[in-house]
Amino acid sequence: MAKLETRGLMKSFGATPVCNGIDLSVAAGEMVCLIGASGSGKSTLLKCLNLLEPIDDGMILLDGDDISVPGLDPQPIRQRIGMVFQSFNLFPHMTAAENAMLAPRRVHRKTRDALGPEITALFERFGLADRMDHYPDQLSGGQQQRVAIVRALAMTPEIMLFDEITSALDPELVGEVLDALRDLRETGMTMVLATHEMGFARELADKVCFLDAGVIREEGPPEQVLNAPREARTRAFLKRLL
Amino acid sequence: MQRPVLTRRQAYEARVRRRATLVAGGSTLGVLAALLILVPLAPGWPAVKKSFFNTQVFADTFPGLLNAFLLDVAIFAWSAPLIFALGLLVALARDVRAPAAYPLRLFAILYTDIFRGVPVILVIYLVGFGIPGLGLPRPWNSPYIWGTVALVLTYAAYVSEVFRTGIEGIHQSQRAAAASLGLSNSDAMRFVILPQAIRKVVPANMNLFIALQKDVALLSFIGPVEIFRQAGVYKSLMANFTPYVGAALIFLAITIPATRYADYLMSKQLKARS
Repeated sequence: MAKLETRGLMKSFGATPVCNGIDLSVAAGEMVCLIGASGSGKSTLLKCLNLLEPIDDGMILLDGDDISVPGLDPQPIRQRIGMVFQSFNLFPHMTAAENAMLAPRRVHRKTRDALGPEITALFERFGLADRMDHYPDQLSGGQQQRVAIVRALAMTPEIMLFDEITSALDPELVGEVLDALRDLRETGMTMVLATHEMGFARELADKVCFLDAGVIREEGPPEQVLNAPREARTRAFLKRLL
Repeated sequence: MQRPVLTRRQAYEARVRRRATLVAGGSTLGVLAALLILVPLAPGWPAVKKSFFNTQVFADTFPGLLNAFLLDVAIFAWSAPLIFALGLLVALARDVRAPAAYPLRLFAILYTDIFRGVPVILVIYLVGFGIPGLGLPRPWNSPYIWGTVALVLTYAAYVSEVFRTGIEGIHQSQRAAAASLGLSNSDAMRFVILPQAIRKVVPANMNLFIALQKDVALLSFIGPVEIFRQAGVYKSLMANFTPYVGAALIFLAITIPATRYADYLMSKQLKARS
C-alpha cells in the first residue's frame, strides 16, 4: 500500500483548472520529485496533499485512509505531514528555536524543558546550533530555510513536502539546503519535492513525475524521465532548462 | 596628516546641503519676523494681548490648570487599557467563523458601525447623562464613570478597526505555515497572527490614543472638573481667556512629543519594510 496516494485529484481556482486528475503514488521511505513548468500544478498539488487547499474532486489517501473527505478536521492530518515553503514563512517575531518549539508545545503539549534536547539535536544536525536564539531576519536565506525544515521536523511528521524550497535562495546558498535534504533522505523520510534542481532529482529521487497542464504526463525513475524521456512534452521542458 | 579628500559627488552634495539649510533657515526667520512685526500692528492687538496672553493671569492660573490636568491624565490612564482590550475583543469577534457565534459577529459589526458613526460628544451626552438617569445608586450614577465609558465605547470601535486591518495585513503565508504545522486556528491567531498584527499597528493606535488624550476634555460638558472646565472657571472669575491658552499649552506638551514619537515609529516601520 502506498504511504500517500492521490486518485484523480482535481483542483481549480475559479474557472482555472490547476490539477486535472492527478494520480500520484508515494511509497513509504520514497523520495518523489515533481518537476514541470511554473503553473503546471506542482505547488497546488503539494498544498492539497497537506489539506491547505480543499480539493474539488478525487481522493487523497494517507496509509490507505481517505483524508480528503469534505468536512474532515485537517489538523490531525497536518500534524503527520510536514511542509516547507519556497519563501520560508518563518514566524518573524520568534527566535529560530521558538519557531521550532511552537507547534510541539501547543499541539503535542510538550514543555520547553522536555523539548530542549530534541530541538537542540535537530538544530545541531542541520548545522544551526549557534543560530537557535537568532531571529529570522538575522539569518541568511539558507539558514532560514534550514530552520523551516527543523521546524517541520520538530513535529515528527511521517511525510515531508517541499515546495521549491531552493527557488528563493541565492545560488551559493542552494547547496547547504540540498545537503540538509540529502541528510534527511538518509534517515528514510518519505519526501515529496517540487523542484527545479534537476541534478538533485537525478541524484536522490526514487521517482520523478513530470507535471504538465495539471496532470502527470510522465513518471518513472530519474534516469529514465530525465535522461530518456518518452513524452515529447517532457523532452521540450527539459530542453528549455538546459 | 592628510586631509580627507571629498569625491566630486560628495563635494557637490555638501554644497547642495549647505545651500538648502541656509535657504530654509532664512525663509523661516523671515516668516517669523513678519508675524512678530505684523500681528502687533493689527488694530485689536492690545486687547487680544490683554485677554489671551496676560502673563499675570497665566502665572496665577497655570498651577491650578496643571492640577486639573491630572484628572485628564487619570481618565486617559484607565480608559486606554480598556479601549485596547475591548478593541481587540471586537476585532476578534468580527473574525469568528463558527455559525453559532454569528450573533457575536453581528453585534461586533453593529457596534463598530454605530460608535464610529456618532459624534463623540453625542455619545458622551447620551451615555453620560442617560445611564445615570436610570436611577443608579451612588457611586454608579457618577458622570465621571459614564463619561469615561462613553469614551471607551467610541474609541474601542476605532481601535478594533485598526486591529482588524493589522490582522488582515498579515500575509496569508503565515497562516499557511501555522496550519501546515497542525496548529489550531485559535492557536495560529494567538501565537502567530496577533503578535505580529499588534506590533504592526502600534503607530496607528498611537495616533488614536493621542486623539483620545484631547477628547478627554469633552467630558467637561457633563461634569468632571478637568482642565478644560477648570480653564472655563478661571475665565469667568478673571474675565480673561489666558487660562485657555495655558490649557492648550499643557495639551501640546503631551501631544507633540507623542505625535513625533508615533511618526518616528511609523517611518521606522516603513524603512524596515522597504
